[in-house]
Amino acid sequence: MPALDHRLGIDVGGTNTDAVILDRSDRVLAKAKVPTTQDVTGGIVAALDAVIRAPGADPARITHAMLGTTHATNAVLERRRLQRVAVIRIGAPATLGIRPMFEWPADLTAAVSAGAAIVAGGIEFDGRDLAPFDGEAVARFLATVAGRAEAVAITSVFAPVSPRHELEAAEIVKRELGEVSVSLSHEIGSVGLLERENATILNAALGAVAGDVARALGEALAAHALSPVTFFAQNDGTLMALDHALRYPVLTIGSGPANSIRGAAFLTGRSDALVADVGGTSTDVGVLVNGFPRESSQGVEIGGIRTNFRMPDLVTIALGGGTVLSGDGDQVRLGPRSVGYRLRQEALVFGGSTPTLTDSAVAAGRAALGDRSRARAAARLLAAAARRADAELADAIDRVKTARGDMALIAVGGGSILIPDQLPGVSEVIRPDHFDAANAIGAAIASVSGQVDRIFHFGPGGRQAALDEARDEARDHAVAAGADPATVAIVEIEEIPLAYLTSPAVRIKAKAAGALGGLCGPAADPPPGRGHESMEIGIRGET
Amino acid sequence: MLGTGGGGDPRIGLLQALQAIEESGPTELVDLDDLPDDALIMPCGMIGAPTVHIEKIENGSEGAVLRAELERQTGRKVAALMPAEIGGSNGLLPVSWAGRIGLPVVDADGMGRAFPEVPQVTMHLAGISPSPGVMTDERGNVLVFRAISGAWMERLERCAAVEFGGAGAATEYPMTVRQARGATVRGSYTLAIRIGDALAAAAGDPVAAVVAETGAFPLVGGKVTDVERRTTKGFVRGSVVIEGLGDDAGRLIRLEIQNENLVALEQGAVLASVPDLISVLDTETADAIPTERVRYGQRVTVIAMACDPVWRTAAGLGMAGPRAFGYDFDYVPVEELAGARA
Repeated sequence: MPALDHRLGIDVGGTNTDAVILDRSDRVLAKAKVPTTQDVTGGIVAALDAVIRAPGADPARITHAMLGTTHATNAVLERRRLQRVAVIRIGAPATLGIRPMFEWPADLTAAVSAGAAIVAGGIEFDGRDLAPFDGEAVARFLATVAGRAEAVAITSVFAPVSPRHELEAAEIVKRELGEVSVSLSHEIGSVGLLERENATILNAALGAVAGDVARALGEALAAHALSPVTFFAQNDGTLMALDHALRYPVLTIGSGPANSIRGAAFLTGRSDALVADVGGTSTDVGVLVNGFPRESSQGVEIGGIRTNFRMPDLVTIALGGGTVLSGDGDQVRLGPRSVGYRLRQEALVFGGSTPTLTDSAVAAGRAALGDRSRARAAARLLAAAARRADAELADAIDRVKTARGDMALIAVGGGSILIPDQLPGVSEVIRPDHFDAANAIGAAIASVSGQVDRIFHFGPGGRQAALDEARDEARDHAVAAGADPATVAIVEIEEIPLAYLTSPAVRIKAKAAGALGGLCGPAADPPPGRGHESMEIGIRGET
Repeated sequence: MLGTGGGGDPRIGLLQALQAIEESGPTELVDLDDLPDDALIMPCGMIGAPTVHIEKIENGSEGAVLRAELERQTGRKVAALMPAEIGGSNGLLPVSWAGRIGLPVVDADGMGRAFPEVPQVTMHLAGISPSPGVMTDERGNVLVFRAISGAWMERLERCAAVEFGGAGAATEYPMTVRQARGATVRGSYTLAIRIGDALAAAAGDPVAAVVAETGAFPLVGGKVTDVERRTTKGFVRGSVVIEGLGDDAGRLIRLEIQNENLVALEQGAVLASVPDLISVLDTETADAIPTERVRYGQRVTVIAMACDPVWRTAAGLGMAGPRAFGYDFDYVPVEELAGARA
């Protein structure tokens, strides 16, 4: 891996695609914002073109590129470029009561499924075999899908307790189908068979999309004679190496908000705060805990499919800088339409004729943008809209909190001028420099993580041995994802006892994070200033 | 909503019912009055850990195995299945099991809500024997229990569930239709369907629609401001504080939980308690929120519904009243408490 010099971060949002270049001291050298395109790739290429032409950029020194993209989410929502997946569930005679993909929308099943089988096997919560694994049934099923299946998704009952049947099945796939891509549920999700199976099937289906993005980015970089090491942002706010992203594309879903929250942490030096990311169309409010986005404790739906893999815990409201206002006087309606990236043509203060929340913010004196006098005619509407928007924001902030008490709020995103200086439940509003590029900056922060979330049984070493095992696994995963082993530390560990079970078993979630490999290589100085501080935050907790 | 915060994820039961209906056709719902007096009713459901239940989903044939063994043990034909409890996933599993063997489910259950233990059923209060009980698993292992009491049935079945892998399918308290007419909570499915219809038809305020349909008593509308929860000996215990909003501004209500919502208190005064049903609903959607998913900031409306009258007898309160759960106060029906406040 080349010694780290300048880093390029690109993040795709619903309205805009942002790009930044950071130097070794994490100073922002250049940034650019372009409209997100329908195909997403076009916007990424345009953002790349714009940022390397920006004053301050020194493209030849870019050694690392980090991309946070919505390709995977869009592919699921639009049923595009999805691979045909052979779905194998190991759990018979249990689980026959609900077949794989039973609740999926028919068109998504049609786009994804190459066939499904439930074979005998699986694990009990205490680690015993539920039934002997039927490898022959796996081979028979594969013969029926050979030539049609582009990927295989394998999910065993209680794989989070032991993945042994999934691993055996993967060997059979390799033998029968050769080098087809295989997704194993124990690497994707946690306890909850259907949700984990869903996430595993989606992961398998997204293999081609991940390949496309990697290729498009590589070509765009090559067109500028750049060949940096490439990373993808994942939904816990950290990075994964390209080969890792190709194997776990589903983990890129939700990376945008995670990037913004990490970027907010980096720009302010805070490790615990609320973060509001205001875009053109919507606002995500999340929580920064110990330098990382707080994860959702509930299942997350993607394109109508319930999954249970980790996602940032967010409250999203349909308010952004481009939100269109209608009604008159005090009877104001906010949205749902947004002028999106056409804000600078359509908003009142820019000479347009559409009242937007940006006009409200300018009229309220929260930002000096365009020509404030043009907002005068709609003064009552704009003032009423600001009150409504403030109330909705305060409500979202209150919903995302998990405890009483005021917290600092970091305001980021191009639309964050909407946020007033005072809000109920907020001790202070922090507006960092480069707030409008926090997402791309978040993508460019060099932190790589690994995670474990499964059931551990207490052996001879008891609880302590189980915790040590979880820590070691999380560390190994972080290193496998591209972290420098010398800097990897445990940032989070949580034990969850299992209700109604008397056996000494516990679910342990552990997460390790470290600096991107190469950051601390011999050619790179220790990063000073804010960047250093940010790394400290990243690895606080337990060492 | 009838699970009163407990009872396990109904989704697993719902999906199984939907698949069974897709494969075997609709399951017939019958009233006890439309079945012959001497026909046998089989109460049934899963016993074990919810964590296991969301991972090791049923085979689908558990109902058929329980029925065959119960018929062998009693020498009588089972006429219909019945959920031991209407709340949670156990309210829906008998729909899938009955449909797969071409039997109806009866419009009744053994609780009218959800409770954690085997003998906390109306059949127990009516003096019906829990034996013979039968348990099975997805593999087809079968155990027959001739327990001397409901408490022993609970102990023995709980042990077997662990050996089965944390959960097992079970039937206890077999009874005739004639017995069942006086030993069950009647109309449980009808009530659930009415609540569902009211929600589906609700324009604007689904919570109000539920209240109108069920005659429930809204206790408070507000937001969750404190959640305290701990797991001890396999039970989740704790409390939730709800601060009133809107018309209820200034009020503070505390819910005591132990797997289910047990007691609602305001300034030390009881607003409602077990065995009446206390449910925490999402104020916007009226979705019932299980105890383990209640968290700070949620906008909720707490409602209470009167339990079946049999729970208000001395025997019923002895089994499931506030003192049975360790509280030092006497039960007062929710409608009397509400009347006294008005």
